[in-house]
Amino acid sequence: MSRMETIAPPRPQVSASARVESGSVKVRARAVSVFYGEKQALFDVSLDMPEKSVSALIGPSGCGKSTFLRSINRMNDTIPGCRVTGEIAIDGDNINDKSVDPVLLRAQVGMVFQKPNPFPKSIFDNVAYGVRLHGLAESKRDLDQIVETSLIKAGLWDEVKDRLSASGMSLSGGQQQRLVIARAIAINPEIILMDEPCSALDPIATAKIEELIDELKTNFCIIIVTHSMAQAARVSQQTAFFHLGKLIEFGPTEQVFTNPRDTRTQDYITGRFG
Amino acid sequence: MKTLAPHTKARHFRRQAIDMFMSGLCIAAAGIGLIMLALILWMLFSKGAAGLSLDVFTKPMSSTGTGGGLANAIVGSLIQVGIGSMIGAPLGMMVGVYLSEVGKNSRFASIVRFVNDILLSAPSVLIGLFVYQVAVAPFGSFSGIAGALALALLAMPVVARTTEDILRLVPQAYRDGAIALGSRENEVVRKVILPAAFGGILTGILLAVARIAGETAPLIFTSLGNTNWSTDLTKPMASLPIAIYRYAGSPSADLIQLAWTGALLITVGVLMLNVVSRISLAAMRRG
Ligand SMILES: Nc1ncnc2c1ncn2[C@@H]1O[C@H](COP(=O)(O)OP(=O)(O)OP(=O)(O)O)[C@@H](O)[C@H]1O
Ligand SMILES: [Mg+2]
Repeated sequence: MSRMETIAPPRPQVSASARVESGSVKVRARAVSVFYGEKQALFDVSLDMPEKSVSALIGPSGCGKSTFLRSINRMNDTIPGCRVTGEIAIDGDNINDKSVDPVLLRAQVGMVFQKPNPFPKSIFDNVAYGVRLHGLAESKRDLDQIVETSLIKAGLWDEVKDRLSASGMSLSGGQQQRLVIARAIAINPEIILMDEPCSALDPIATAKIEELIDELKTNFCIIIVTHSMAQAARVSQQTAFFHLGKLIEFGPTEQVFTNPRDTRTQDYITGRFG
Repeated sequence: MKTLAPHTKARHFRRQAIDMFMSGLCIAAAGIGLIMLALILWMLFSKGAAGLSLDVFTKPMSSTGTGGGLANAIVGSLIQVGIGSMIGAPLGMMVGVYLSEVGKNSRFASIVRFVNDILLSAPSVLIGLFVYQVAVAPFGSFSGIAGALALALLAMPVVARTTEDILRLVPQAYRDGAIALGSRENEVVRKVILPAAFGGILTGILLAVARIAGETAPLIFTSLGNTNWSTDLTKPMASLPIAIYRYAGSPSADLIQLAWTGALLITVGVLMLNVVSRISLAAMRRG
């Protein structure tokens, strides 16, 4: 693995948290296929992701991890020519049902992107954005409170509490990523999707985000795409390995990493391809 | 440092010479442009400033050929450019938003874009003739509102074009971020994209205002001009460009002087508008 990971400070032991019994199923995918125009990018993916835990999606570049992630908050709807078949259910409810408004779905399923993308607004307004949008605060005080707790939960409060009116863009990359995590959790989603949230960050910022993920899993169902085996091993309880658009293997992280059932998984995690 | 082989060295000098030549060309071109601009401004200020007096701002144009001021032309220009911008800028912004955020590469959007480009490059006299046909001839009278409409039609495509260009520069990541937080399409545009692009759009609007403030041709067939004091939008209305156009060719030295002063007023007005909006924009950015 890259040198970056050996420098990163030690994370909480995987084995301790991996044995936490998976709770009830939060996200259930059944035979999910995704097409971009004629081209099929994802083939018949079925898996169950439990609540209050971290599920990692790993696999070589172009294998469909982001595609799968985007089908959980229906961001794929915004891509022209993209079509999703099969069933994805959150708490048993099919999110692709005609009665589901994708805008309301996205208020329940937060997303953090590869490159930090704070809006060119103040730190406060960034976190307040979704709260105002969905009318979640009853008063200005209420709003202040939500912004503060979100920033505290995202581990950013102490660094920004004296300059909430400064632009979100004035923060460092790692701080920006924690800011957009605060922005996402401010609207109190149930699921947080993260697409390589640390790939633009240095080891120290990465360590902070990983710590944060570890804390967030007590309240949220987190699904994270990562290219770092070490990161998947550190933060996740379940790991799904994708290859060429197919789900090859899905199981407890410890088992996938120490005792993979499929040779392709084995080859990938030992760095033989990808 | 290691020494270069002879042929590499020759090549190196040739590349360096070309580089210097190219830079020289660019600097020369920039210099010529700057000198021209300076000459124009110098002429404008030296000739225009001589005629500045209180009368220019307080007295209407004279109908006798001597004396008088530009007060009615100043007010007429303010009214027509003001109304023209207030109609043209929002319309243009909406067209720009449609092209960049809604229509994108659809067939209808391509047609709108094409028509807008034609409108953008159409001679302004043509716009004047068009407005004459629809807003002057049917009512049997030249009018200030017709002038304002012609100016609005000129401003709209400029604003539409710059708005679309600026919006396309806004990173897709902002849109994705806003959508992922559960924003609807109009909320993405109103709450994230437009605020992010505000400075650029404002620049586009100022460009358009500057352009229409100096337009003469579209006003000749619409608001016509008026030497008398009138703020009635349904009657012919004076304006600075038309005053300049009429006075510059007159035999009276007084009136020629007023034409220069009028030109100076337009220039300074547009300049001040620019400066003031830059300053307020910077102040807004600072919070
Ligand atoms: N918007 C799109 N239009 C067309 N094809 C796409 C689009 N997005 C992804 N694809 C294709 O779908 C496949 C899966 O892409 P995806 O982005 O999901 O991979 P990934 O596993 O996230 O890769 P990476 O690790 O590089 O981010 C790829 O072959 C890609 O070319
Ligand atoms: Mg990806």
